[in-house]
Amino acid sequence: MTSSNWHFDTEKSLVESHGLKLDEFEKIVEGLGREPNLTELGIFSAMWNEHCSYKSSKYWLKKLPTSGERVIQGPGENAGVIDIDDGDVAVFKMESHNHPSFLEPYQGAATGVGGILRDVFTMGARPVANMNALRFGDPNHPKTKHLVSGVVGGIGGYGNCIGIPTVGGEVNFHPSYNGNILVNAMTVGIAKKDKIFYSAAAGIGNPVVYVGSKTGRDGIHGATMASSEFDDDSEEKKPTVQVGDPFTEKLLLEACLELMKEDAIIAIQDMGAAGLTSSSIEMASKGNVGIDINLSKVPMRAANMTAYELMLSESQERMLMVIQPKKEELARSIFKKWDLEFEVIGEVTDTKKLILHMDGEEQASIPINILVEDAPEYQRDYIVNDPSPLISFESKDFEDKDIISDLLKMISHPNLCSRKWIWEQYDHMVMADTVVRPGSDAAVVRVHGTNKGIAISTDCSPTYCRHNSYEGGKHAVVETWRNIVASGAEPIAITDCMNFGNPEKPEIMGQFVECIRGMGDACSKLNYPVISGNVSLYNETNGEGIYPTPAIGGVGLIRDLSNTMTIDLKNEGNVLYLIGESNNHLGNSHYLSIIQSREDGGTPSINLDDELKNGKFILDCIAKKLLKSVHDVGEGGVLVAIAEMCISGKQGIKIDITKDFLHGFFFGEDQARYLVEVSQNKLEQLEVDASKSAVKIERIGEIGGTSISINSIGEVELSSLIDHHTKWFNEF
Amino acid sequence: MKTHVIVFPGSNCDRDVAVAIQNIIGSSPEMVWHKDSTINQSDLIVVPGGFSYGDYLRCGAMASTSPIMKSVIENANKGVPVMGICNGFQILIESGLLQGALMRNSSLSFICRDIIIKPTNTKTIFTNKSTISKMPIAHNEGNYFANSNQIKEIEDNDQIAFQYCDENGDINAHSNPNGSINNIAGVFNKSKNVLGMMPHPERAAESIHGCDDGRNIFESLLS
Repeated sequence: MTSSNWHFDTEKSLVESHGLKLDEFEKIVEGLGREPNLTELGIFSAMWNEHCSYKSSKYWLKKLPTSGERVIQGPGENAGVIDIDDGDVAVFKMESHNHPSFLEPYQGAATGVGGILRDVFTMGARPVANMNALRFGDPNHPKTKHLVSGVVGGIGGYGNCIGIPTVGGEVNFHPSYNGNILVNAMTVGIAKKDKIFYSAAAGIGNPVVYVGSKTGRDGIHGATMASSEFDDDSEEKKPTVQVGDPFTEKLLLEACLELMKEDAIIAIQDMGAAGLTSSSIEMASKGNVGIDINLSKVPMRAANMTAYELMLSESQERMLMVIQPKKEELARSIFKKWDLEFEVIGEVTDTKKLILHMDGEEQASIPINILVEDAPEYQRDYIVNDPSPLISFESKDFEDKDIISDLLKMISHPNLCSRKWIWEQYDHMVMADTVVRPGSDAAVVRVHGTNKGIAISTDCSPTYCRHNSYEGGKHAVVETWRNIVASGAEPIAITDCMNFGNPEKPEIMGQFVECIRGMGDACSKLNYPVISGNVSLYNETNGEGIYPTPAIGGVGLIRDLSNTMTIDLKNEGNVLYLIGESNNHLGNSHYLSIIQSREDGGTPSINLDDELKNGKFILDCIAKKLLKSVHDVGEGGVLVAIAEMCISGKQGIKIDITKDFLHGFFFGEDQARYLVEVSQNKLEQLEVDASKSAVKIERIGEIGGTSISINSIGEVELSSLIDHHTKWFNEF
Repeated sequence: MKTHVIVFPGSNCDRDVAVAIQNIIGSSPEMVWHKDSTINQSDLIVVPGGFSYGDYLRCGAMASTSPIMKSVIENANKGVPVMGICNGFQILIESGLLQGALMRNSSLSFICRDIIIKPTNTKTIFTNKSTISKMPIAHNEGNYFANSNQIKEIEDNDQIAFQYCDENGDINAHSNPNGSINNIAGVFNKSKNVLGMMPHPERAAESIHGCDDGRNIFESLLS
């Protein structure tokens, strides 16, 4: 359909303002056998936008491995579920709140946390940990500080109040996010295997119940806003950002968990993006039934709300449930106890239609299958750009560079400096089960009342993805896997948050396709499937897209918490070893970017066999109690990792290394590497075991003193390292 | 020992303190819903941390008027040990059981980290085992204030429970995390049976917390 032969009564501009393409409108008319009314148009707009329909990404997402021995629920529900033994399960998901957080950072980030928490407790799990992955623009960009303060404040404000610890995350700065920051929030919850709740409606005639907060006019078209690019007038979209109320969410959490102990809930779905529309349609579609709703019954915050507004509001802290009719009064009494709204607003039907009434008049009647199965799905054109070429650096390129002063510059840079300023604003200890606090490779929380723990890590290196989307996709997965291994946990599964630019541009779609391919290969090899996730496209401003950012949240299990590892060096006299091969890969490293302001040289390639071999070796050594501390060698390379271990443990080290190309060794970002601390009486066993496993192992030096000293090069006092590491945020 | 933990809507350290009481005192507390009106016969009442009623008004102001607070006050006046932690401290101040005020942190941001406190008066039921202790704080409004007359009164009457200090026990500006006057981290009522403190002893109560200095407050109540 082109705009010249428009022959419908509905105004073309109305269709376009709902984010629908003209041929998509034609599809609606074909499905309904008539033109939709305004409420129906709004519903289609809410269901068929990119955010809710995954229309550009679905085809590719299906290629990711999603099953495994421990997977109980893969993608498609509110959150994924894995088995963590003893009848316990971990429920988790990560979700983006990018567009709203750029418009209104505090509320955007806060409601991002609120939304992902609901996704997890909807499944019957008590949330036990929040994590996040954040990207901001150039640290010197005029908006950056305001956005960082707002986002950190919003994440803390919501998590602290509801009383779920925010135990870690990651933060990056890069100019590609100047116009589109990324706020990805992850929640992990714990439930019993036989008490998981799903969203498929069932039982013709059963009541459909609305619980939580009242519905207001906030957030109308939020999901549609999140499915389009920004331009200079984007500030005007601020009213589409919702406002969070963590106190009400706390009540909703407790009320839902209390009701879940009773045999009352048949289906439950959180009202997130596209509110009442997507929740009711999702429940009906999954159950292959219809739903009738009387909108006059919806608890309203504002007077004279229309059907259109009620269906599209994204007011927060609301849930939709189908319950056992006999349990209605019990359920009502629980929600009343918690001072929450509880209203029967409709019933499950056999019509397979969503039918809405208000004030006695029919407002909408749409077959569910048109909305869901017939939703547009695109296999968009894509171009895979050649990876940026590899550059082989040599010792002579760095002869005039001082390693110690380079190290200080690196650890004081916003991308590598201490994040303490951020996580001290998050309550990371409430619930009293936090075992490893923020600042190590992975956060660890105890499964309440047991001696086992969950390790969680979020990661992604967008620069790697930009210059080689395939290896970058692999890297994001592997980096979380390695972080989890370094904490002493067996990695189990991941959730992903796919943040990209406009998928209608073939090169952006090419980045997406390649990242997925890399992620899929890594997940398959490591037996580390994807169990939930979210896609955020159109992260562009004035035609300028962000770097491809497939943020990964990984989860692992520590069976015995006494095997938990942290990065802080423990004791003088112990020896630090490097595990894994070093090949001086400086391409696209933090060294080049921070010290030489260069972004080239190629993404390091990842050998998945080595990853698996070295990771297993680390876990074996931990099980044999050979190691005192472990740190994955990631951003910044070996020397930055050593500095982090020293700062964290307040221990010095005497590095005794002879290399032809010290810069390459200290700052190269080769993969599959770990630093491990070993006591003198275990050195021999470590070396013997490494040789048996054919794992490369190198002695770095002996722990002790108050400085990092490098033979023949020089030394730097710990106090100076700490000052440099904390300076940037302290002066924020 | 019969213990009670009050649960307000928005309390979120109620379970944590109940676990600590169970582990240290040896019996699990009775959880008391804020709409209940009486607590009969208690050896310890804990008002836990959290964000009662969301703390959208002045922290603790709403909770201090909850039905259960009448009974908490009556018990306190009878000499029953009452302990408010973090938001619980704010609630006890708002309900008039303790003097002073808790203002926004001087940094204007939420602070969650380990701090060190020194007991000022170790001759009370709460502090007879206390020494210099490390435990976490996690609050937005922990900046204790009292006017000079009040300060003189609580000092003269040995009502300061804890002060923020450094590792050597020195009380100085550097070790003050939130701007509290005289580094005050916790105070007693006149008869020392009511304690309010910002640090969380229940989060420093077993080895996985990295430090278990918080135990000594509960152990003190046992002896």
